[in-house]
Amino acid sequence: MSARNSFQSLRLDHVGRTFGAMNALRDLTLEIKRGEFVALLGPSGCGKSTALNCIAGLLTTTSGTIWLDDIRIDTLAVEDRGFGMVFQNYALFPHMTVRGNIGYGLRMRGVTKAELERRVDAAIKTVRLESQADKLPGQLSGGQQQRVAIARAIAIDPPLVLMDEPLSNLDAKLRLEMRQEIRRIHKGLGGITIYVTHDQDEALSMADRIVVLRDGMIRQVGTPEDLYLRPARIDVAEFMGFRNRIHGKIAGVSNAPIHQAITIDVSGTMFEGVTMTPMSGHDVTAMIRPDDLIPAEDHQKGIEAVIEAIEYRGRDFFGSARAANGMELFFRSERPVAAGESIRLHADPSKVLLYDGQAE
Amino acid sequence: MSDTASQGSRHIRDIGSRLWIISIWTLLIFFIVNLFGIIGSVLMSSFATRWLRSWLPSGLTTNWYVSAWSEFQLSDILFTTFQVVGAVVLLSGLLGVPAAYAMARRDFIGKRAVMLLFLLPMLVPPITYGIPLATVLYQAGLGGSLIGVILANLVPTVPFVILVMIPFIEQIDPRIEAAARVFGAGTLRLFWTVLLPLLLPGVLAALLLVLVRTIAMFELTFLVSGPTSQTLVVALYYSVFAAGVRAVQSIDAMAVIYMAITLIWLIIALRFINPTQMVTRGKQARA
Amino acid sequence: MSSAPIPFRTRAAAHGFDGVTLLVIPALLLLAALFLYPFGYGLVLSLRPKDGTWLGNYFHFFSDPFLYQTIATTLALALPVTAINLLAAVPVAFRVRRMQHQRLITTILVLPITLGTVLVAEGMLNYFGPQGWFIRTLSLFGLGSPSSVKLVHNYWGVFLSLVITGFPFTFLLTLSYVSGIDVALENAAATLGARAAARFRTIFLPLLVPGLAITFCLSFVQAYSVFPSAVLLGAPAGPTRVISIAAYEAAFEQYDYSLASAIAMIMGAFQLIVVVIVLMSRSLFYRGPAAGAKG
Repeated sequence: MSARNSFQSLRLDHVGRTFGAMNALRDLTLEIKRGEFVALLGPSGCGKSTALNCIAGLLTTTSGTIWLDDIRIDTLAVEDRGFGMVFQNYALFPHMTVRGNIGYGLRMRGVTKAELERRVDAAIKTVRLESQADKLPGQLSGGQQQRVAIARAIAIDPPLVLMDEPLSNLDAKLRLEMRQEIRRIHKGLGGITIYVTHDQDEALSMADRIVVLRDGMIRQVGTPEDLYLRPARIDVAEFMGFRNRIHGKIAGVSNAPIHQAITIDVSGTMFEGVTMTPMSGHDVTAMIRPDDLIPAEDHQKGIEAVIEAIEYRGRDFFGSARAANGMELFFRSERPVAAGESIRLHADPSKVLLYDGQAE
Repeated sequence: MSDTASQGSRHIRDIGSRLWIISIWTLLIFFIVNLFGIIGSVLMSSFATRWLRSWLPSGLTTNWYVSAWSEFQLSDILFTTFQVVGAVVLLSGLLGVPAAYAMARRDFIGKRAVMLLFLLPMLVPPITYGIPLATVLYQAGLGGSLIGVILANLVPTVPFVILVMIPFIEQIDPRIEAAARVFGAGTLRLFWTVLLPLLLPGVLAALLLVLVRTIAMFELTFLVSGPTSQTLVVALYYSVFAAGVRAVQSIDAMAVIYMAITLIWLIIALRFINPTQMVTRGKQARA
Repeated sequence: MSSAPIPFRTRAAAHGFDGVTLLVIPALLLLAALFLYPFGYGLVLSLRPKDGTWLGNYFHFFSDPFLYQTIATTLALALPVTAINLLAAVPVAFRVRRMQHQRLITTILVLPITLGTVLVAEGMLNYFGPQGWFIRTLSLFGLGSPSSVKLVHNYWGVFLSLVITGFPFTFLLTLSYVSGIDVALENAAATLGARAAARFRTIFLPLLVPGLAITFCLSFVQAYSVFPSAVLLGAPAGPTRVISIAAYEAAFEQYDYSLASAIAMIMGAFQLIVVVIVLMSRSLFYRGPAAGAKG
């Protein structure tokens, strides 16, 4: 195809976007290599859709530059960028058949009729919609519409496919199916896919690399494993499901094989954990996933708390408890426990992530 | 495709689209300037002592308002106008809102035909059905009377209220009413405590629109009214028609009074509705 | 299970008739009495002319040039005005669609609609009159003089008044249809390489056609029934003797209600024909929702 498809990387260089006085996106610098599947992850309003729209050209940037190898693209009009985009509500043209929708981009490029047919057929085959090709979008189910939207975006053979929360309108079962489907299509294309989502599971299961955004700024870039096991900041950890946030003071330092381990003092009880950030003072915040906080058999270990609520999850129990200092804790238990019961909760030191300071 | 060539064609495209945008804005601004000119010349003339063969009048006065008030018996006309408008607003609310509720909540045989009947008076212009309507009202002895004027004005306003209210009622979840019934609210209580508060914003907007439209409704009132049942807009028509009988400034003073009344209500209405709603007629007219 | 007789209420409710349905009746009766009945009455009355023949009024209308020419006169005003209003409204609506101060513009444009034709006519007599600001401005730039440019009491007076009240109406309707089209559709077309002109041709136009057809109909019917401005701003005895003037004169100057009804019927029929033609041709286009496949 075109020379642009032999590109090596997409580079965002200090990209920013303001709306009036609001900074929707600040200083976004990122390089994405060909073949990568990158997820932009964050809560709503974090700037992830702004970033995507800036790359697509639907929004102009207010600062910074965007490059595809050595071609500067942020000054190009949307229609000159040639990226494929999948929209949240699919944005299928309601007056065109599935074929018409998928062939739209090729028609705009003045492709010959034979070539058009061939490439539309190929795209339809990729998303497995052979039997629906002559229907109007209104006659299709949500999942099928989704496939048409993807086929339409990839039919033009774009170097970049941009997806804006494409699965958010589907039901849970279909969503799981489509995750694999999108991965497969991405592999087949060999270009870059940038995928915007607020769903951690989606990002973890699909992406090669995840970019966590918050308040318009990058908070962490890393592999799914990095993010899941080693969130770099408290807010990222919280977003990745570390619901227990425990404040304490440094009580001792030891050098474990991999990480530096610190013992902290939480209102008299000792907790051991792995340091994630350099410590500047005595104040420390420990972050623990509910699944890793479990009742201690040993009566010397862990924080004492009273169980407030408990729910049965099939394999185990999930509960919330309140510690003596008023802190709420979420935990998992394999043995039956009851509300009102007093227990001690602890976690394996490797699962306790320690961050500097106690600020937000 | 060389870089300079593509940049060149882009440049031409940019100039073309900029010219296009400028010409559209010029068109719109030209229209608005003339519109303000039309309104402004009425306003200016109503305060002019003498205004002939010059850009601006030779002097300003408010005397024309005093003379227009007595010459055209404006107090009588205004009283008639308020009676007509008040009655039309009230009646179209009382007739239109329940009908809209039934249309929004029930699916009955013949509903499409009923809907068509509600749509037609909005699609057929008043002068077309106004002549047979006036004939019938004169036959019934209501021609020229206040009641006749009110009845004639209900023909477009009741369907208008219905068409505005149907989508509004449809977006109120019927489960809210069901919930109220589950808690034992009787039909009357249901209406007062649940439905009315929910409907009020929509009713208010619809009736304000009816009010503004009825003040300005010329054709039907003109065809049906007699000397004692003229509204302001009809009186204005007669005085413009008989231009030369009265001083033009006096007519303009009446026009300004008419304008002021209409605009006050328009401003109030626009607090609750979008200007585009003045012309769209509910979703059925769009389908 | 032997069938106990189903109470009438239950049977009625199954067809959608219950207490709530009855709420529609007062409005229905009113419109039957004040809209349907007069139309029927007018039709019957029109078939009972003074000369006693059956279709006498209609023969009279189509044989008297003073009467039948009103149709041509009305069409000569209504068709060009509607076309111009619509052609201007579409590009303006596309410009205004993404504007921040959209409401300011729509509010200004709603003024002539609210004020109505009578007030606009009075204002135009001042403004476009021989000593009015408009012609003064023209002569200031050497583009015309009071003796060479006449804009009131002729065809152009009525034409302009129909533009001034008609354009905002057409524009606001068009705007509501244009804003009804999901912005994402345009964005999608742009990412697929469609330039502005192609986006308009391939996305907006097909989706807008049904709405524009309705807009055309409503605008045309309004222009076709022009009355006060044709009298006040035109030459009601000659060049702007539109059909509504003929009907009015028959009824209220000659007191020939039978002929007046016949003219009203003819007026209604002509409107109906144009509306039906336009709406029929609209069915050749896509008519579903324009908001994207999933609302």
